[in-house]
Amino acid sequence: MVQERVLPSFSTAQTRLTHDEGLTVYEDMVLGRQFEDKCAEMYYRGKMFGFVHLYNGQEAVSSGVIKAMRSDDYVCSTYRDHVHALSSGVPARQVMAELFGKATGCSKGRGGSMHLFSAEHNLLGGYAFVSEGIPVATGAAFQSKYRRDALGDESADQVTACFFGDGASNNGQFFECLNMAALWKLPILYVVENNKWAIGMAHDRATSQPEIYKKASVFGMAGVEVDGMDVLAVRAAAQEAVARARAGEGPTLIEALTYRFRGHSLADPDELRSKAEKDFWFARDPIKRLANYLIEQNLATQDELTEIDKRIQSLIEDAVTFALDSPEPDPSELYRYVFAEDE
Amino acid sequence: MAETLLYNALREAIDEEMARDSNVFVLGEDVGHYGGSYKVTKDLYKKYGEFRVLDTPIAENSFTGMAVGAAMTGLRPIIEGMNMGFLLLAFNQIANNAGMLRYTSGGNFKIPLVIRGPGGVGRQLGAEHSQRLEAYFQGVPGLKMVACSTPYNAKGLLKAAIRDDNPVLFFEHVLLYNLKQDLPETDYVLPIDRAEVVREGADVTILTYSRMRHHVTQAVKVLEKEGYDPEVIDLISLKPLDFETIGASIRKTHRVIIVEECMRSGGIGAELTASINDRLFDELDGPVVRLASQDIPTPYNGALENLTIVQPPQIVDAVKKVMANQV
Ligand SMILES: Cc1ncc(C[n+]2csc(CCOP(=O)(O)OP(=O)(O)O)c2C)c(N)n1
Ligand SMILES: [Mg+2]
Repeated sequence: MVQERVLPSFSTAQTRLTHDEGLTVYEDMVLGRQFEDKCAEMYYRGKMFGFVHLYNGQEAVSSGVIKAMRSDDYVCSTYRDHVHALSSGVPARQVMAELFGKATGCSKGRGGSMHLFSAEHNLLGGYAFVSEGIPVATGAAFQSKYRRDALGDESADQVTACFFGDGASNNGQFFECLNMAALWKLPILYVVENNKWAIGMAHDRATSQPEIYKKASVFGMAGVEVDGMDVLAVRAAAQEAVARARAGEGPTLIEALTYRFRGHSLADPDELRSKAEKDFWFARDPIKRLANYLIEQNLATQDELTEIDKRIQSLIEDAVTFALDSPEPDPSELYRYVFAEDE
Repeated sequence: MAETLLYNALREAIDEEMARDSNVFVLGEDVGHYGGSYKVTKDLYKKYGEFRVLDTPIAENSFTGMAVGAAMTGLRPIIEGMNMGFLLLAFNQIANNAGMLRYTSGGNFKIPLVIRGPGGVGRQLGAEHSQRLEAYFQGVPGLKMVACSTPYNAKGLLKAAIRDDNPVLFFEHVLLYNLKQDLPETDYVLPIDRAEVVREGADVTILTYSRMRHHVTQAVKVLEKEGYDPEVIDLISLKPLDFETIGASIRKTHRVIIVEECMRSGGIGAELTASINDRLFDELDGPVVRLASQDIPTPYNGALENLTIVQPPQIVDAVKKVMANQV
């Protein structure tokens, strides 16, 4: 048996989840999982290129946090960004088309897997360099604070969620931004998805204090540890952090203990992680866990869930068809979007 | 007309733009209470508050990224690099996120951001405080680069840079902050993409920018007495280069001397030379002459420092040689 960090326990006794909310979260997680499985298929069929990082296994984090936020809140991601984009409301068609490099993609075929953006959905991006999204997200949160405090706009109560990995939490930008966010009480959630690995670097080999949430305390910031395989636990932590941020009480560091079910990217042979470790985490599949909860609590029937699975399946087939049928970017527009004047 | 020091011209530009648009704000090290390392933001925090004139921790890469995020979401940040050289620590945020993000996002976001501050070779400040970042940043797509050189153009260009919807690197020179000039009382802006014809002439085109403009002016005084008639162009826009103005001059003089403080290898002059050869080769009567700094870390010793950057007598010499067809 591998030695795993003890996952924090979470009691659902206090959970208030309606039928609709339960199904929304379930659907979002299924969308994330099926979308990524389809990406793997399309990648091996030569429809998408470059580095493609899938999110399988970590769905509870994206759905738990983003579905606890408002649509006018901001989300900032990394190169592992497909599912954060989907949870933020970017249509699967636009994400798939972007991965195919098409003109109809959310970044017009200029970005690719690691650079998904949508101004319409307040998705601040996919960032391909580890940690570089953290300052950008901090700036979006600063903007909300600026509008509310310096310009007196009471409606500017948007919160920003900033996602990144355990590996990113050893970078200076993480510490620098925690300092500034706590100093200025910025409305932001720093969500570390601790999946134990940074490519082939085991988290314990990279950091002197593996419990990342504890790093919040030195900045006088709230830090919480949460079972990242339990969407209800993540959602509860996010709701509390969002409320704190919206009330002007400052940032929260959320460490979600999670695991990626696939290699680092589709190019990774995934040879370092042990079978025992994988089995430990596969047994905690967050989608199955939510499905069981919904059925046990009579919040949904198996038929309803199966119905959702099927609907998502056809939505993804539709996204692939859309991406395949979409035009390539116009070569005469090679320079378009370098400068602000290009709309 | 009011006689104004260059650093005050910059301060007026920021003050006027902050008053005009509440989305404009300043951030950087010691910009607030301290007033900026060269007093460009002196007392602005008293007028606009500590949030709009934000003293940041010494965390260049992160506060630059923060400004990018603020710009993406509708604000118009002005970053002051306490010394522009320190922004080497922000290279990642400037290149990847300020410069390239609009393109990689397929036009989803604009980044209206000004990054300004003191740079260039001062008086014995040592190598690290004597950087010419324009050489390093010129290859980054999506960035505009502007160098001011007089109180008049400093004010008008900075105001235009703040109003521009693109990320603009705005270079000031440590030795020019105390230049004095009468400035118009009325509001004015200058185009950041146009070179300035400093002196019209027929013999040879001298292309220069920032402090070297003043070295060229000194040299021209000597040359005029000896009957030479050079045309002097201050590039102003280091990226993109204003080839309309540059081209018109070269078509007239057919001779080019570049005078820059940048290092010779991979500097602005190197790019300019290549572009002139690409576009205007048939117009040239001889090779483009390049007077640049030596390819060494700027030495501390005053005499060695003077040897490192171009001095007015070298410019006089170069013009005479070019006119005598000796190059
Ligand atoms: C600045 C930078 N250095 C290195 C890399 C290469 N790289 C890509 S992902 C990665 C590991 C990041 O791990 P983590 O932050 O835990 O996120 P995860 O991939 O586990 O989601 C590395 C080293 C990079 N993209 N950017
Ligand atoms: Mg990781």
